[in-house]
Amino acid sequence: MNSGTGVAARILGTYAVIYVAYLYIPVLFLPLFSFNDSIYISFPLRGWTMKWYETMLANDALHRALINSLKVGLATAFISTVLGILGARAVTRYRLPGQKPVVAIIMLPLVVPEIILAMALLMVILRAGGSLGLVSISAGHILLCVPFAMVVLMSRFEGFDRSLEEASYDLGENGWWTFWRVTFPNVLPGIVASLLLTFTISFDEFIMAFFLGSTEPTLPVFMWNQLRFPKLLPGVLALGACILIASVFIVLIAEWFRRRNTLDSQSGDVIIG
Amino acid sequence: MDNAFIEIIGVSKSFGSVTAVDNISVSIRQGEFFSLLGPSGCGKTTLLRILGGLEMPGGGKVMIDGQDITHMPAHLRPTNMVFQNYAIFPHLNVEQNVAYGLRQQRLSREEQMEKVSSALSMVKLEGFEKRGADEMSGGQKQRVALARALIKRPKVLLLDEPLGALDKKLREEMQIELRMLQQQVGITFVFVTHDQEEALTLSDRVAVMDEGKILQMDSPRQIYERPSSRKVADFIGQMNLLEGVVQSVGKRVTVRTSALGEVSVSENDQAVDVGDSVTLAARPENLRLRADSEPGAVRVTLAASAFWGHTTYYRVTASDSETDSLDVAQQDYAGAGRAGDEAWLCFNPEDLLLLKY
Repeated sequence: MNSGTGVAARILGTYAVIYVAYLYIPVLFLPLFSFNDSIYISFPLRGWTMKWYETMLANDALHRALINSLKVGLATAFISTVLGILGARAVTRYRLPGQKPVVAIIMLPLVVPEIILAMALLMVILRAGGSLGLVSISAGHILLCVPFAMVVLMSRFEGFDRSLEEASYDLGENGWWTFWRVTFPNVLPGIVASLLLTFTISFDEFIMAFFLGSTEPTLPVFMWNQLRFPKLLPGVLALGACILIASVFIVLIAEWFRRRNTLDSQSGDVIIG
Repeated sequence: MDNAFIEIIGVSKSFGSVTAVDNISVSIRQGEFFSLLGPSGCGKTTLLRILGGLEMPGGGKVMIDGQDITHMPAHLRPTNMVFQNYAIFPHLNVEQNVAYGLRQQRLSREEQMEKVSSALSMVKLEGFEKRGADEMSGGQKQRVALARALIKRPKVLLLDEPLGALDKKLREEMQIELRMLQQQVGITFVFVTHDQEEALTLSDRVAVMDEGKILQMDSPRQIYERPSSRKVADFIGQMNLLEGVVQSVGKRVTVRTSALGEVSVSENDQAVDVGDSVTLAARPENLRLRADSEPGAVRVTLAASAFWGHTTYYRVTASDSETDSLDVAQQDYAGAGRAGDEAWLCFNPEDLLLLKY
C-alpha cells in the first residue's frame, strides 16, 4: 500500500514537471532567441544582441499594428463588459420570460467555430455595404467576448446578496445611488476581471481580425505576416518577449488592485464610499 | 383605533397563486412595540416588507402618521428595517455602514462622526468604528444593523427576525437590550418573529398570524391566558388540548372529555350548543399532581418525567384511557415520579379554557 502510493506520487510528480515544462519552456525560448545574434532559431546561440529590439522600436508598421490592437482591445473590453453588466444583472435579478433560451443564445459564440462566425460576419458586412477595418474587427470581437463577460459577471452578481440593495433603498438611496454605492463596489472585482479577460481575448485574437480587417492589421495579423519572411522573425520574437512581459505586468497589477481593494474595506478612511 | 400611528387597511398581497397576505387590517399606536408572530410562510415578513416599501401591496392602503404611503417607494419612507441576515455592506466598515443613510443630510464630517458615535454607543459598539463587516460576530452585526437604521431616526423601525440567527443566551440578552432600547428611543417597533416566547417577552401587543390572516391580536398576557382559538392555543406556549362534547349550556358549560370526565367550565363567549365538539385547553403549570386522592381529582398514571431546572414536566395518562395524555409542570411533586406510578391529577375548572374553533 505504502509503496503503491509512493509510485503513484512519483508518477504524478513526473507528470506535473513534464506538464509545466511543456507549458513554459517554449514560451521562455521567445525572449531567449530574441537576444540571439542570428536570424535562425537554433542552438548554440551565436551571441547576444539588442538589435532586434532596435529594429522593433524603429518599425512604424509594428507601432501602427500595436496601436490598432490597443484600440480594438480597449473598445471591445469596454463595450462587452458594459453589455455583460446589463445582461448579467437582468438575468440574475429578474425572472424573464424565455430566459433560458435567451442566455443560451448569448452563450452560443462560445461553441460556434470562430471561423464560421468570421466568414458569416464578413459576408453580412460586405453585403450590407459596410467597410472593413478596426470597427468591423471590434464588432466581431464584442460578439466573441460578451459570453465571457456574462459568465464572469453572472457569477459575481449571483454571489451578491439582494438584501444589500434593499438595505440601501431602505436607508434612503434611489436606484442609481444604490447601484453606485452598493452594487458597483461589490461587483467591481468581477468588472475588473471581465475587462482584463475580454481585453486579452481581443488582443491576441487572429481569425476575426484577419477576416474582418482591412489593410491596417492588428498585432496578431501583423506578426503572422512577418513570419513569412525569415529575416523578420527575430523582430517578432522581440515583440513576443515584450508582450509576455507586459502580460505578466498586467496580471500583477490586477492582483495588486484586487488585494488593495479588499484591504481598503477594512481600514477605510472615507466614511461615505 | 383613534390614536393609530400605523394603519394597515385591507392589505393583500399574492405571489402567483399564493396569497401571502390576505385582506389584513391592523392599527398600531405610536411608540408601541408590536409583534407579528407566526410560523414560517404565514405572511408576517411580507406584511413587514409592505410597510417598508420593499413589496407593493396588491390591494388595500397603508398609512403612517396620517400620510398615505401605499405607493411611496422604499427610499422615501419614514421607516427603516433591520434585515434578517443584517445586510451589512461587506465593502464598508462599521462606521461607513452606520453612516450610510446620512449622505443626503449633507453633514460636516464632525457632525457625522458625532451621530455615528452616538448611534454606536446606543448599541454598545464603541471602538468598533474601523471593523470590517467580516470581522464581526452575528451579535455585533445585528447591533450595526440596528445603529444603521436608528441613526436615521425613523418614525417606525421594522425588524425582520433580527434575533433568529443568534444562539440562545445571546438572544435572551439582546431581547432585553432591544426592549430597553425601544423604550429609550420611543420609536414604534414592528417586530417579526416565529419565536412565541420572544414575541410575548418583548411586545406591547402581538398579532398571531397564519396563512396570511391574523388569528388574534392582543396583549401578550391575553394571548397567553385567553387564546381565542385552538390554533393560537397550540402555537403559544405549551398547552394541553382535550377533545370533548358539550353536554349542557348556560353561564357554565358542561363538557364531557375522555381524559377528565365531565367538567363544568366558563362559557368564555364561545356560543356553543349541546352536542358541539369543543376543545378544552389547559396550561401544564395550571395542573397539579398529588400522591393522595383529593375531591375532584382524577386518577392518572405517570408515563414520563423530564427535569427542566425551574420545573419538572410530567406526562400522565388518565387511568381509563391510554390515548389521552396530559402534561403537568410542577416543581414540588412529592412522589418519586417513576413511570407507571399512580397519582392524582388536580385542576381548577376556571383554568380550563373552552374553545369552539
